[in-house]
Amino acid sequence: MTLHSKPIMIRTIMSSLVLSVGLLGCGKEQPPAKVEAPAPQPLIIKIGSASPLTGPQAHIGIDIRNGVQLAIEDLNAAGIMIGDQKATFELVAEDDEANPTKATTVAQKLVDAKVAAVVGHFNSGASIPASKIYADAGIPQISPGSTNPDYTLKGYPTTFRVVAHDGQQGPTLARFAINTLKSRSIAVIDDSTAYGQGLADNFEATAKELGAKIVAHEHTTDKDTDFKAILTKIKGKKPDLIFFGGIDPQAGPMIKQMQDLRIKARFMGGDGVQTPNFIKLGGAASEGAMASIPGLPKDKMPGGNEFLAKFKTRFNQDVELFAPMGYDAVQVLVAAMKRAGSADPAKYLPELKNTQHQGVIGPIAFDEKGDLKNAPITIYVVKAGQWEPLEVIQPEPVAAAAESSPAPAAPGATAPTAVKK
Amino acid sequence: MDIFVQQLINGLVLGSIYALVALGYTMVYGILGLINFAHGDVTMIGALVSATLIQLLHAAGLPVPVSLLLAGGGAVIVCASLGFSIERIAYRPLRNAPRLAPLITAIGVSILIQYSAALIWGKQYIALPAIITPPSIEFAGAQINHLQIAIVILAACIMGGLIWFIHHSRMGRAMRATEQNPAVASLMGVDTHAVIAMTFLLGSAIGAIAGLMVILYYGIGHYFMGFMLGLKAFTAAVLGGIGNVGGAVIGGLLLGIIESLAAGYIEQLSGGLFGSNYRDIFAFLVLILVLLLRPQGLLGQRSGDRA
Repeated sequence: MTLHSKPIMIRTIMSSLVLSVGLLGCGKEQPPAKVEAPAPQPLIIKIGSASPLTGPQAHIGIDIRNGVQLAIEDLNAAGIMIGDQKATFELVAEDDEANPTKATTVAQKLVDAKVAAVVGHFNSGASIPASKIYADAGIPQISPGSTNPDYTLKGYPTTFRVVAHDGQQGPTLARFAINTLKSRSIAVIDDSTAYGQGLADNFEATAKELGAKIVAHEHTTDKDTDFKAILTKIKGKKPDLIFFGGIDPQAGPMIKQMQDLRIKARFMGGDGVQTPNFIKLGGAASEGAMASIPGLPKDKMPGGNEFLAKFKTRFNQDVELFAPMGYDAVQVLVAAMKRAGSADPAKYLPELKNTQHQGVIGPIAFDEKGDLKNAPITIYVVKAGQWEPLEVIQPEPVAAAAESSPAPAAPGATAPTAVKK
Repeated sequence: MDIFVQQLINGLVLGSIYALVALGYTMVYGILGLINFAHGDVTMIGALVSATLIQLLHAAGLPVPVSLLLAGGGAVIVCASLGFSIERIAYRPLRNAPRLAPLITAIGVSILIQYSAALIWGKQYIALPAIITPPSIEFAGAQINHLQIAIVILAACIMGGLIWFIHHSRMGRAMRATEQNPAVASLMGVDTHAVIAMTFLLGSAIGAIAGLMVILYYGIGHYFMGFMLGLKAFTAAVLGGIGNVGGAVIGGLLLGIIESLAAGYIEQLSGGLFGSNYRDIFAFLVLILVLLLRPQGLLGQRSGDRA
């Protein structure tokens, strides 16, 4: 989605690349990783980091790499035992230039370097084609920032992410609308795009489950600017909330026209609406509108302030956005290695699925697809012409998540590994 | 009931804008038998020029009515010269060429204008800051704001004025003569080139005002907005009977109202089978039905080669 706006959400999927790269990946013979070194030798475990280190998104990519590096330094300082051996972690950082083609080259390079795990990539357009290569090599991949739902829908057991995907926003927004805003009758509008309609349908399904009345589900397009007819129809149904699945060029005029028609309902949207452009287009009418963005504001993360300070001391610069995700990804991987007693991907991958980790970004657990369970989402509201965080929808506690999970939790595995000292 | 009235009002305002743009299509078609595909884009230029001018003049501290008037005047001048140049450069050299040739140049001109606008204004949406918040009044439970009333009244005046102009002025008589038979009109001393240029000038000026209305009404414009607007207006012109000025007015109003009512009631009427996303399909379905029953359109001329 988000055709424009944040560069962090570039999700060009080059499915043809997946195919061509698949052929490339098949040719490579993967020699068995030599991890069972003789006892006296320290165990060296390579962790790959792949993100855009050059180009317009370099600041985000370097941020992720630094997060990974900080985690590795912390772990080395703590002296981690994997099995009976003292492990030393090594960073192998690669630059994918936010480019899907380069991403596959880099992925192969990391596979050839025999990394035990990869934290990356950042762009969905890079993560998706690269995931095939990691999957073929059996190397776990945790993306710190790719939000396209397709990333985890390829059916690879090696694919994980530590950020909410686009499909998780709808249900969270619905819960917020009904439990917090006490909305009882809701009208839904979507822009007939994959993003907008998906978001609106997800929202509607959860809203219905929670007992709200969906009084209308209207459709427009991502080119339209006249919504008076559908808004008038909605006005007749007297909803207390209007949810829009779409992006700001429609949302701005829409909220203006809502005001023209004297519709009193609240207005809510997803991350396509949470942009400065929406406020510009909507003018005064945008006041009070609500929209969400996946993830927490960085200072609201459970380990946020401590992490921000540590990061600042180490790199002499502030966290951009995804460094905490990169940090937590490494911690999650190493925790799984510890539980499995091995850094061999084949051995610790099953343990990775049982992750119950209290990280900087909050509790981390994966669902069967490798998506973050109960991923946090922040809801913003327009106040005095600015987007301001209104409420963070905190993920449910790990324990509750484990109960609801059908997967049998391995005994002992549920104890969250302490990262904070 | 209030919802029905509101939908009628929505449709009336939308239809007035369609009708104004449709006038440009129908006048040119009436005289030249040419579908000027660039007309929607002339309207787009009108909208973007007025948006820019309103912002500049407002920033310069002029009172709102003055800046609106000046912006409208500026847009009319720009669009009239644009329409005049299009005719002079792209259509006049092809006057005696096969009918397909000017059609192709029309499409070419349309694309040229779109991408020139993309160069000038960028590909982003252009937002007009809310400098006016028109007060609204309640009528039979429906909301009408002063801007909507102004749009409908201004559109009605322009349409009435144009019809008067065509039927009662010297130039109008020359236009009607050229429409009936360019060769004979020319022999009778009518400067047909000047008449055709005037037609483009008038149509584009009216398009500019429609553009100003769009930008004020929706507060948003972009370089591609002329395409859909042009398509709808062209449909309205065909619906009313292309070549007939009164037909364009009726076609425009009808299309606007059909669209609004379709979006509002199609779901109930079809028992939930079709949603409001089918409103355009519904509008075009009406067009097809009208053309099947009356191929010349509602008020169209009965000549064999037209419409």
